[in-house]
Amino acid sequence: MSALPLAALRQAVAPQSALRAGGPEAEQIGLLWNVLLVVGTAVTVGVLAFLAYALFRRRGDADETQGDRRMRAGVRWMVAGGVVLPIVVLMPILVLTMRTLGAVTLPSRTVASADEPPAPGEFVVEVTGRQYWWEVRYRARRPDLEFETANELRVPVGRRVVVRLRSRDVIHSFWVPGLQGKMDLVPGRTNALVFTAARPGRWRGQCAEFCGAQHAKMAFTVVAEPAAEWQAWAARQRADARPPADPATRAAQGAFLNSGCVLCHAVRGTPARGDAGPDLTHLASRLTLAAGTLPNTRGHLTGWVADPQSIKPGSLMPSVPLEPRTLHAIVRYLETLD
Amino acid sequence: MATTVAAPAYAPAHSEEATGLWSWLTTVDHKRIGILYLFTSLFFFVWGGVEAAIIRAQLAAPNLNVVSADTYNQIFTMHGTTMVFLAIMPLSAAFFNLLIPLQVGARDVAFPRLNAFSYWIYLLGGIFISLPVFFHAAPDGGWFGYTPLTTKAHSPGINIDFWVIGLQILGISTLAASFNFITTIVNMRAPGMNMMRMPMFTWNTFVVQFLVLLAFPVITIALQFLIFDRFFGTNFYTTAAGADPLLWQHLFWIFGHPEVYILILPAFGLVSEVIPTFSRKPIFGYPVMVYATVLIGFLGFGVWAHHMFSVGMGPIADSVFSLTTMLIAIPTGVKIFNWISTMWGGALNFTTAMKFAVALVGMFTVGGISGVMHSSPPADLQQTDTYFIVAHFHYVLFGGSMFGLFAGVYHYFPKFSGRLMSEKLGNWSFWIMFLGMNLTFFPMHYSGLLGMPRRIYTYDADQGYTLFNQLSTLGTTILIVGIALTLHNLGRSWRKGERAGNDPWGAGTLEWSIPSPPPDYNFAELPNVTSRYPLWDVKAPELTREVPHTEAGDRRLGIGGPQAVTNGHEMGEVHVNPTAGSAHAGEGAPVMANAAASARRLPTAKELGIPMPNPSIMPLVCATGVVVMFCGLLFLGKSMATGVGIMILGALWWVASLYNWLTTPLEDAH
Repeated sequence: MSALPLAALRQAVAPQSALRAGGPEAEQIGLLWNVLLVVGTAVTVGVLAFLAYALFRRRGDADETQGDRRMRAGVRWMVAGGVVLPIVVLMPILVLTMRTLGAVTLPSRTVASADEPPAPGEFVVEVTGRQYWWEVRYRARRPDLEFETANELRVPVGRRVVVRLRSRDVIHSFWVPGLQGKMDLVPGRTNALVFTAARPGRWRGQCAEFCGAQHAKMAFTVVAEPAAEWQAWAARQRADARPPADPATRAAQGAFLNSGCVLCHAVRGTPARGDAGPDLTHLASRLTLAAGTLPNTRGHLTGWVADPQSIKPGSLMPSVPLEPRTLHAIVRYLETLD
Repeated sequence: MATTVAAPAYAPAHSEEATGLWSWLTTVDHKRIGILYLFTSLFFFVWGGVEAAIIRAQLAAPNLNVVSADTYNQIFTMHGTTMVFLAIMPLSAAFFNLLIPLQVGARDVAFPRLNAFSYWIYLLGGIFISLPVFFHAAPDGGWFGYTPLTTKAHSPGINIDFWVIGLQILGISTLAASFNFITTIVNMRAPGMNMMRMPMFTWNTFVVQFLVLLAFPVITIALQFLIFDRFFGTNFYTTAAGADPLLWQHLFWIFGHPEVYILILPAFGLVSEVIPTFSRKPIFGYPVMVYATVLIGFLGFGVWAHHMFSVGMGPIADSVFSLTTMLIAIPTGVKIFNWISTMWGGALNFTTAMKFAVALVGMFTVGGISGVMHSSPPADLQQTDTYFIVAHFHYVLFGGSMFGLFAGVYHYFPKFSGRLMSEKLGNWSFWIMFLGMNLTFFPMHYSGLLGMPRRIYTYDADQGYTLFNQLSTLGTTILIVGIALTLHNLGRSWRKGERAGNDPWGAGTLEWSIPSPPPDYNFAELPNVTSRYPLWDVKAPELTREVPHTEAGDRRLGIGGPQAVTNGHEMGEVHVNPTAGSAHAGEGAPVMANAAASARRLPTAKELGIPMPNPSIMPLVCATGVVVMFCGLLFLGKSMATGVGIMILGALWWVASLYNWLTTPLEDAH
């Protein structure tokens, strides 16, 4: 490995890098990866150097006359390089692998009790894969404390988060490289993974199993914030959508409720109860639109509502022709959903 | 139709004169079928390369729109499908055809017409699965076709139909070839060619055919379930009806991992012929190489779930598959050190073929070690389905399989064309390809570690892996130049390359003892084989001092004839071809253009009284019927009657032609 890409790598700011651990699970995996990288590089370089030496060494008289000795030396190399080396190198790696596996994976019993409410003290988020977005449901022991959002996981710093993974359509894969390895969302099954964000920050995640036309634009963000801030956020998320405060907003809400939007989207506290698309109750509080595709700004929101198919062709949200007035009214209403 | 039909549907054997289109359509000669395989698979290799170029163009910068999301998904699906099923496997099959009968000392394969059938099925299946790309209806579910995405509910279009039917058709070709080569290798070896004297390429082929025999039925079942789900409404993969989507994954990878060895072992076999030849030493540790190959074949069936660490099998299953995967490092490590030991102290001659072979050893080491990294589930879960994996398996499939196959092309081109390829062009091509390959695939390790998933048609600039994608795209353009040079070299040398003579490289195995290109009967007299390097025994006996020359077995067989004692070991009489005797002069010269021997007219099979199989159009007719039958499925959705009608027509078609085929004698009575 030359120095140039390494240097570039160090400077690269990659929000989805697997090389910068954001918590203890990712650190354990990172340690294992570093061992594999160092050992793997050493073995590769060693074998390649041996190959190069075999190619370019000066051919001596011994090569012509000492066939038997050469044969014995070759057998020694074969056994040393082909049998002993892999065993000696791989045994410790296997042990380290199993230790890491035990440390970063949930025991299967946790996965089995997937439908139940969280155990006392357990922080459970249920993520359901949909073509092509993430339904996120915060589980709680008391049903009234549960709430739903989409494409964004906010978690308290330092809290061990159990993510239950399901799918409503095809197989997806939940991957936040900075916090944990990936885990598939398989229809008919519930998988689980665990991560802890050790410091406040944002980590980008993305679907890692090909799931159809817009697999490329199925991302999400994990936001870790101090517990108090998280509590405040969760309290807002649990609440119904804020009722319109002024006549203009009321008119805007009317435009929204009379549009086709409500067939697929829900806004809690209104008659909109659609289940095919993301819950929009607190849309304005989210960082991105269309599963990590666009920053959540007025311009992008207008563009997205007006013509999702040009931004995410093949996504399940249709491009519905809207009068400019209706479009702006809908956007205006959505902007109040914080 | 009576079985005693007097005027059979085949032409009399004039194959030495026949060169027209009809002769190619009816040929049952393994060498001509091999050449058909070679050029067809190279065509599909270019096709898959164009798809790769489109992929790299699309990813050359963030948010490009070279192709739409939809088209991109079709292109990457077809890139994988094309390269695996239409390029690398058939390119290997080209070498099985060209070499196996020559290497084991036979006049053809066991079932020459079945062999032609395999080729025609492959060609028609390849066309079937490739054409829809022109109608924007190409398969778009990935080469691995995971359910439930590929079920009718989630992929209602005709795209996946082409994929599932196309693979089923191609599987027939591969399975038919596997029966054929297993039988050929078991039953048709020349006297004295015991198993432990078979050339390494033959051994690798032998193991590969068993992998095919055991792995392809599994994918056949998996595809059949999917066909039934898509066309007849069954629920093998319908989650809503209680099916487990992991059924497909298990079936697919129980086939899919052995498939990896089906793709790499033929290349291993080829370099195991090239390296000894250009080191002027027998392969080091022959028996160990054989056992390692067999062991890789066995272990290859016990590791499939390492493709599925992310589905949540639990820590115990993960650990078991991690262990079995690591075990494969042992036989492959042994092979790498045996190749190095073969070269150690050899009189190395760096021909183009040798350069590709050495590059395989190096590049496969890189790809193999990153493979070991993936055997560790926690690490794999960060790497699987990212560009890190793409880097890994392209080191194995391009740096391994393709480099090995290119080594085979340069090495064996003189044998089947009678002409040498240009070493100068070959040398340029090799170095450009070597540079292009590393520049394309090495940066993908970094894109993957920085979080770039596979199969995404675009990415944002702020992801931080733009640079590495640009390097990969740059590398691809270089790679294309290198491949184009070799293809140009092939075409040019085919027409006006220097005449090669029987044995241009001073090699040691049987195929080099006969003229280039070989006559249709290969061996005028079947050879008696007394060691692993029968030709070196005659031409350079000092090279085979350390190779065992057991005689007990040969005595039992009653062969061997008058024995000569050379260098302290006994050496049986090696067959002398009436036409090729003079070619044994001038031993040891690495390149000897023996134009005189090739230019001389060879006696025909008839003159020598050798019964050879007659050409027959029936394999092509039968293969067409099979494809027509499968095409009927495509019409079922539109009209039940049309679909069923076409299927019945196709079935009658292939059954009738098969009947004609089976009731026509293979060869004329002499």
